[in-house]
Amino acid sequence: MAIKITELAFDPYHELKLYQNTQLEHLGAIGATSLFIGTMRDFNQGSQVTGMSIEHYPGMTEKQLDLCIEKAQGLWSILDSLIIHRVGTITPNEVIVLIAVWSAHRGDAFDATRYIMEALKSTVPFWKKECLETDTERWVISNTSGYQ
Amino acid sequence: MSIKVYYFASLKEHVGSSEHELDFTQALTVNEVWLQANAELVLPQNTLAAINMDYVSWDSLVSDGDVVAFFPPVTGG
Repeated sequence: MAIKITELAFDPYHELKLYQNTQLEHLGAIGATSLFIGTMRDFNQGSQVTGMSIEHYPGMTEKQLDLCIEKAQGLWSILDSLIIHRVGTITPNEVIVLIAVWSAHRGDAFDATRYIMEALKSTVPFWKKECLETDTERWVISNTSGYQ
Repeated sequence: MSIKVYYFASLKEHVGSSEHELDFTQALTVNEVWLQANAELVLPQNTLAAINMDYVSWDSLVSDGDVVAFFPPVTGG
């Protein structure tokens, strides 16, 4: 299981490949890999968005992500997981978050990926501030439920 | 007793500071910590609180050396 918080733009497929190269103990056991990649849009709530900054609470971020994974492990049979989340300055089309889950069977991987993503959205202390086309800034007030 | 209080995101701008140190002589709840540190400020709706990086309710008691954090609803992902 790995968690990475980074200020640097990253290629999720490259990161995935690098991480998979370390999964030697799971060779032969993995039957399913589920992946979620969240990217930044250039629009939100009726406005054109030119950039974004993401603040977080170092330490609590990692603690709450650990908790998300721990809860998912209690609900599904997971062999491994990888979470990477951006902080700092981000521009549209860049990846904000990568969540990958490996399991023996697809149901566990699909469901755990969704669960971790929704838990991240509602419990992990990240905050987005958007830069608008009008040269103004605004905090994103809340995340919507992914199940709506 | 002494604690550190951190503020994040829009709440940091609302308070005008990222952290405070607070000394106290009797047990305080999280709500009382907010009132002692920011008596003149209205507490924004939906503000969340944590002690030592765990979410807590507003009637939780803080202890000497704790780190209390106040912040708005999270918006990552």
